Amino acid sequence: MFLQTLVTGLSIGGIYSLMAVGYSLIFSILSFSNFAHGAVIMLGAYIGLALATQLHLGLGLVVAGSVVGAGILSVCNERVAYAALRRRRAPSLFLMISAMGCSVFLENMVYATIGSRFYTFPEFFKRQVVHVAGSSLSLLDLFAFAVSIGAIFALHIFITRTKTGIAIRAGVGDMTMCSLMGVNTDRLISIVFFLAGAFAGVAGVFLGIKYLVYPTMGWVTNKAYIAAVIGGLGSLPGALIGGLILGVVETLVSTYLSSVMRDVFSFTMLITLLICLPNGLMGLETEEKV
Amino acid sequence: MDYVLGVVLLACINMIAVLGLSIFTGFTGLFSLGHAAFVGIGAYTAGVLTYHWNVPFLLAIIAGMAAAGLSSLVIGIPTLRAKLRSDYFAIAILGFGEALRVCLENLSITNGARGLSVDELSGPVWILGALVLSILASRNLLKSRFGAIFIAIREDPIAAEMSGIDLFRMRLLSLVASALLCGVSGALLAHRLAFIQPVMFTLTQSTQLLASVIAGGMGSISGPVIVAFIFTSLPEMLRSLEMWRLPAYGLLLVVIMVYRPQGLMGYREISSFFKWRRAK
Repeated sequence: MFLQTLVTGLSIGGIYSLMAVGYSLIFSILSFSNFAHGAVIMLGAYIGLALATQLHLGLGLVVAGSVVGAGILSVCNERVAYAALRRRRAPSLFLMISAMGCSVFLENMVYATIGSRFYTFPEFFKRQVVHVAGSSLSLLDLFAFAVSIGAIFALHIFITRTKTGIAIRAGVGDMTMCSLMGVNTDRLISIVFFLAGAFAGVAGVFLGIKYLVYPTMGWVTNKAYIAAVIGGLGSLPGALIGGLILGVVETLVSTYLSSVMRDVFSFTMLITLLICLPNGLMGLETEEKV
Repeated sequence: MDYVLGVVLLACINMIAVLGLSIFTGFTGLFSLGHAAFVGIGAYTAGVLTYHWNVPFLLAIIAGMAAAGLSSLVIGIPTLRAKLRSDYFAIAILGFGEALRVCLENLSITNGARGLSVDELSGPVWILGALVLSILASRNLLKSRFGAIFIAIREDPIAAEMSGIDLFRMRLLSLVASALLCGVSGALLAHRLAFIQPVMFTLTQSTQLLASVIAGGMGSISGPVIVAFIFTSLPEMLRSLEMWRLPAYGLLLVVIMVYRPQGLMGYREISSFFKWRRAK
């Protein structure tokens, strides 16, 4: 029973990590909270759903399609809603408001056009379970966990080993200096948004498979913010660890204490953490600079 | 006529809440995604008092206001003392709002998610009186030394702190003032609609409040109040377009931020237009 809870927690935590990574990436480069990230995740799920139900594609192609679709959406989102603000160096409050606007717009456009119906993905896994040490683990949970970890590991390699990755890390350090060194920052930011969107696409498809697809499913990104904050905003290993911790703790709370109080518990944990450990477990100094 | 009056009164109630958020976001420059929670606390406190114990309406309003103010201390003291980045604060207050909704849905005194039917007590006199008082009170607050301090904090928190302003206390003051107004608005709302439900006070509502403040203009009292009136009354007239209202709000926020970040009135008051004419 405990092992089963742990694996469920880890698989949810893996999805939280995927969301938190995208959110954290954007935060680290533009230092604002991209509240539209949840909407991109939701649209990623809808893209995956359309591919799976209309074109009857397999899981691999569904994920790939959703990754590309959500990535492009995320880049468009940046171009339309943030680029102008970023160029005139507007305060991050303005970027946040714009992001909030995007989120409200996209979510409610889906309501108005597709409707508020709940959709399910076709069953890719036919509820298969594996029996380990007397507890039955769902294959989907194990798969989601493996994919999340694999994707984040791939991103880590990309960020640390490639030229673009180095440019991204330089941009996190100092955007102006980075552009003086000949890096095309507009392109760099588009790449970052594409990566964030791609991760949102994977997260969206897995969330959709595990639960349901509906317009406000992106609200679960609140959890991604919490995960990112636990791990330390702007840190990739932090986002991974934060997501896993949050997933496991939440599942334990809803299994052993009360499922109603799960969200209250998560938010209390968030506020406590922000007060005691404002930079998270692995975050850098986040005090606003003069 | 009754219908038009009803719409106008509802708009006035919303104007009070928007006025509150305007003090906090428009003047002090902190982003809040949870002010609907304070409206909810005001509504439920007043509603529960009149429903279960027949408390006089005026006392219920004051209690609603006080409860909203106190709850703003609960969330404000730890988060503002830690001098969280503005995004962290926005997320923390969002969490507070969500946690509150879960609590309201599971308490028996609030009748849970089914909602609470209260008496319809707030008439035009109450609402208009409260609106006028709120406008006067916030105008006086913002014209005072505190208003200048709030603006200094919005423009540059670090410079403000260096000039000897206690960021924590002043931000907290601004939060409490805004929560008090939201509480009044909630108490009036509950007794105007005669029915309250936890889902009325969620992120959607917080977004509408924020949209009014931003569209009306940061650092202005009259702008947000005018826009709040338009935002509440316009959808009533265009009932058939109901489902497009929220996408329009979202789009409006983006368009305003990209093309006209100062909003309708941006850092000015309606009275300044008249002064300008006279001077000319």
